[in-house]
Amino acid sequence: MRTLRQTAQMLRKELLTEWRQRSRVSGIFWFALATVLMVAFSTPESTILPRIAGGTLWLGLLLASTRSLDQSYAVEHEHGAMEGLLLWPVEPVAVFYGKALANTAVLVGVALALLPLLVGIYDAPIHGSLPMLFLTVLLGCGALAAPGTLYGLITSQARGSSVLLPLLLFPLVVPALLAVSNATTKIFEGDPMNQAPSWIALVAAFDAVHWSLSAVLYGRIQED
Amino acid sequence: MVYGRWTISGGMITIAIGLLGLLYLLVVGALGLRPSRPVLPVAWEQPMGLVGLVLFVIGNALGLFYAPAERFMGETGRILYVHVPAAWLTMVCFLVAATAALGFLFSGKRHWDSVVESACEVGVVEGVLLLILGSIFARPTWGVWWSWDPRLTSSAVMMLSFVGVLLLRGIVRDPDRRATWSAVATILAGVNVPVTYMSVKWWRSLHQIQSETMKGSAIDGSMRWILYFNTFAFLFVSVWFLARRYRLAEARAEAEMPEPLPPAVPRPGVTA
Repeated sequence: MRTLRQTAQMLRKELLTEWRQRSRVSGIFWFALATVLMVAFSTPESTILPRIAGGTLWLGLLLASTRSLDQSYAVEHEHGAMEGLLLWPVEPVAVFYGKALANTAVLVGVALALLPLLVGIYDAPIHGSLPMLFLTVLLGCGALAAPGTLYGLITSQARGSSVLLPLLLFPLVVPALLAVSNATTKIFEGDPMNQAPSWIALVAAFDAVHWSLSAVLYGRIQED
Repeated sequence: MVYGRWTISGGMITIAIGLLGLLYLLVVGALGLRPSRPVLPVAWEQPMGLVGLVLFVIGNALGLFYAPAERFMGETGRILYVHVPAAWLTMVCFLVAATAALGFLFSGKRHWDSVVESACEVGVVEGVLLLILGSIFARPTWGVWWSWDPRLTSSAVMMLSFVGVLLLRGIVRDPDRRATWSAVATILAGVNVPVTYMSVKWWRSLHQIQSETMKGSAIDGSMRWILYFNTFAFLFVSVWFLARRYRLAEARAEAEMPEPLPPAVPRPGVTA
């Protein structure tokens, strides 16, 4: 119960920081949008755009997430807030869940803002069910945020952090990326064979593993 | 081969090699861990590596010339005798790395960190070998060098995530931080090992499912013992690599340690 309350407090604090620095979230959004546009520009034929829309959405979110995860700690280190956080009687698990939930929320927000633009730019109308799409977005953003929050703490303290985070994060989230891209594409195109649920189940399994494992390991890194 | 009343089969030789290797590891290897009392004039892993190399040559010759051709793949199937052991040993090395990482996080002993370093590196080397051998195998059997089959994809992901661990180790200077961080990264990367192993069962695709399971074998006895012969060759060479790399990591960690402070100089009139 105490952990839950602390998690809620951490989440509130994180979201408040995000809200007061709205330029950060909008920066992430524009970064993701730029990625999506760049993919569209580098695609030789516009006829294949609808088919790659789902994958591109996640590529954009993945690249944008590396920026956002880095920064969520950069803010803390800048003002020595990290030390303050460590001095608080807060369990590391609560710190992790608060941060990971906030990162998920930011990514979900960016994804939801990106979706209508994607539908327009990529000419990819959504044939499948919308609730299913939202579920995919939610689980997918969680899959990026959980290991990202853990690795963000590591790389924000290391030299050459901007290179290191993608190097550690990308291989790890490949299974999740594969699954959400497939699910999203299936939902975009309409899903006559009903294949999306099995992909969503895979993301859910990935989430279950990483949201628990990362939370356990987080404390060990925070101690340093 | 029949000697009087005794019939010696390849399978018996292979089992004997495995048992002898295990016995050597348990007796000489365990004793050799204590540097204060050397059992052999050389480090214990050196004879094992030498035997491993000899077995490696014999095993390859057996696989190439002695083993019967595979029914469906013909002569191409012979690459199995190196491809499968490489895959097994890659996963074994990564599992050792993940276990050692857990050991480090629980105990905080530096030796575990050296095991992580050596196992990750040897695992990555064998993983590269595995992917190269797999590509050579895929070209004649599937017609392509690479396919986005779940087994291949998960193997590549597993490899990349451990390469990430090695890069992390390369970037972080502080030994304590490096040890903790890479232990965490190793455990997260280790999640990929069971996924890679089970990928052929979970998503049935191009790659065949496991032939050797707890429930039995799908390989004929005439080929199976050569496969295991080669596996022992790989195992011995891997243990050799691991032990050498472990010693190197230990030596480097030793060199990284700060100089001990000089002993306190007693001053007249001051009692401790």
